[in-house]
Amino acid sequence: MAREARKSLLWLQSGGCGGCTLSLFCAEGPDLVTALDSIGIDLLWHPSMSEDSGASALAVMEEVIAGRRHLDIFCLEGAVMTGPNGSGRFHMMGGSGKPMMWWIGELARAADHVVAVGSCAAFGGITAANGNATGARGLVFDGRAEGGFLGSGFSARAGTDVINVAGCPTHPGWVIEALSQIASGHWDNTAADGFGRPRAYADHLVHHGCPRNEYYEFKASAEQPSDLGCMMEHLGCKGTQAHADCNTRPWNGAGSCLKGGYACINCTAPGFEEPGHAFASTPKFAGIPVGLPADMPKAWFVALASLSKAATPKRLRENAVSHRQVVPPSDRGLTKK
Amino acid sequence: MTRRIIGPFNRVEGDLEVKVEIADGAVREAWVTSPLYRGFEHILRGKPPRDALVYAPRICGICSVSQSVAAARAIAAAQELTPVPNGLFATDLMLAAENVADHLTHFYMFFMPDVCREVYASEPWHAAAVERFRAVKGEAVPPFLAARAGFLHLMGILAGKWPHTLAIQPGGSTRPVEVQEQVRLSLILAGFRQFLERQVFGGTLEAFAALSSPDDLDAWHAADPGRGDLRRFLTIARSLEFEGLGRAADRFMSYGSFGPEDRRLFAPGTLVAGRRGAVEPAQITEDVSHGWMGVDTVARHPFDGMTVPDADNPAGYSWCKAPRLDGATMEVGALARQAIDGQPLAFGLVASGGGNVLSRIVARFIEVARLVPAMESWARALDPREPFCDTRAIADECEGMGLAEAARGSLGHWVKIRKGYIHNYQIIAPTTWNFSPRDRGGAPGPLEQALAGAPVRPGETDPVAVQHIVRSFDPCMVCTVH
Repeated sequence: MAREARKSLLWLQSGGCGGCTLSLFCAEGPDLVTALDSIGIDLLWHPSMSEDSGASALAVMEEVIAGRRHLDIFCLEGAVMTGPNGSGRFHMMGGSGKPMMWWIGELARAADHVVAVGSCAAFGGITAANGNATGARGLVFDGRAEGGFLGSGFSARAGTDVINVAGCPTHPGWVIEALSQIASGHWDNTAADGFGRPRAYADHLVHHGCPRNEYYEFKASAEQPSDLGCMMEHLGCKGTQAHADCNTRPWNGAGSCLKGGYACINCTAPGFEEPGHAFASTPKFAGIPVGLPADMPKAWFVALASLSKAATPKRLRENAVSHRQVVPPSDRGLTKK
Repeated sequence: MTRRIIGPFNRVEGDLEVKVEIADGAVREAWVTSPLYRGFEHILRGKPPRDALVYAPRICGICSVSQSVAAARAIAAAQELTPVPNGLFATDLMLAAENVADHLTHFYMFFMPDVCREVYASEPWHAAAVERFRAVKGEAVPPFLAARAGFLHLMGILAGKWPHTLAIQPGGSTRPVEVQEQVRLSLILAGFRQFLERQVFGGTLEAFAALSSPDDLDAWHAADPGRGDLRRFLTIARSLEFEGLGRAADRFMSYGSFGPEDRRLFAPGTLVAGRRGAVEPAQITEDVSHGWMGVDTVARHPFDGMTVPDADNPAGYSWCKAPRLDGATMEVGALARQAIDGQPLAFGLVASGGGNVLSRIVARFIEVARLVPAMESWARALDPREPFCDTRAIADECEGMGLAEAARGSLGHWVKIRKGYIHNYQIIAPTTWNFSPRDRGGAPGPLEQALAGAPVRPGETDPVAVQHIVRSFDPCMVCTVH
């Protein structure tokens, strides 16, 4: 790619765990640095990857803010720490004497495109849990409410809204593909859903491709961790409501939360950090899970569920509450020679 | 005498600031600031106990599984529940995968870019080091990232994903392994062993793990100095005299790691002045006198610990508390683990030069060379017919301690449960120990001790020796304060 067509990227981390970067290091086919190079992105600075440290790192940021250096893409990982009392002192950027929120605001206003990487940067996320005592805010959302640190009217210099690559952590593919859409000039606001999430992955449900689909169909439910059955009825799984392609796009080669044997906690959604119930148990009303599959009328769900429960084959009923398959699928209709 | 504030420190997992006082070409005194506070101990208060398994790993994106293990062990202790054998093997495999991946991430992504700095341009090895290890652009980076990602397919199978799994439970793992998956685990390990032996060690893991003294290490290096990235590092380390850089107080601690609690693969203990002793967790306290924390007149055991942020504490200079064992600072990490376990090379390196930039880094490779063969045996030991998880109710009033070893050292969780909910949750992470601020007696933390005496070259704004010493601890700042 011609040098002038390449895009510069500057990445900061604030109120988060750094896990979206570490997940990004898991990129495959190709590896992360090859992927960034091939989509035409040059790192101006990244906290986990760049040689520049201390004064030379600050100098890069100051040049961007002063307009002496063009910045195409600004990525924030982690929530904006605005506390205590709006001072931002819960995160002062090392060596700068200024709150990190000051740097975030200045760099967001200087960049052509702004990307929130992970649910903390997008919505506040885990850092905002339990009453949000630290004033953790997303860039343009506070949980489900528009606003956030930059305000709901914010758009980046290129006219695009903040792109919320939500997830806890984000899948490396979600980040690289969004950056690629931006770098190639193919990103516009219609590529995002109502929460600013790239529709490329957010217009899917975690339920799609769930390896436990047969158990779901017959409401053959797991009761304990390591049971093989569907985790929606008892173990808190929100895969039928959660927006992401986790079960059609492998994590770490062959994984997903469901494939790991535990519930989807809907980590791409604003407010996932405070579900209002224990994460690994399903809240119910009159024995029926409160959270129904996306777009499913309740009466139909109840009717279909009771019908399919009545029709559950012995194989699924028994395997659902076992850690291994105790009844294999039969070969009905086929006879051995 | 001049004072300098150095930051933001990158390639340390999180944010860090170091203030140094420089006189006569060397650091005289240092103050280490952890500049980010998120308040996980507050977040966990009032939650159902098992929710800690969701929140705790999210303290840290690089020690995520270690945080899960400590949380699961704390809850298991409160339940008086012992994980089933398959659960132990699966958890050890996940923890070892994270430890090993972190050690190599530290080497390739965080530590080695500093030897490529212009300040070393006149060194005979510099051009080759830049070619191979330069940040982002070095030729070693893409194959390392690819090998690491392939190795972490172990997590895809056992943990669902990494970081932030919910597979690790008090009674084992949510993820039963089928027989064909057991084969895949072994194949993944075989592929990664090949990368390690060809690219990193330039020889077998067993040959490196068998080195028994610093002289052995020298001979291993001298036999073929151009073979493998570890020998390339040793060439540079000799030239820059890393063994003389960054010595702290040589008081080491490890909670022990892997295998059943009474027979750890890496034995628990302390190593002080060359003598091994037992760790008594009851002697652990945290002091907040120099933290941005509400004034507290006593240093508290973590079961009674309090976390009350106060940015206006006039004596405070960090969000980090000051943990002490029987009143003393302790250095934790791979060097502590291996030396305390009695691994001869690690023990010999500590005996000859204490904890320093060289010994801390070599110890990580000792650990990699010992862990991968152990992982191969654990993968074979899984029995797909047997259960992977046990469960038990949690009493309304109980408490538990969960100790684990993250890549970068000793990690402890202390949970008190009252009326069925978390009443108090306290976390002491490895870098809380290593990057502790001063305590009420004025005793500096291990990094603060290690930085005293670091050479400063004329005209340096960000002294390169300080960079090496800081990163030799493989700090994880997001864990430190949490």
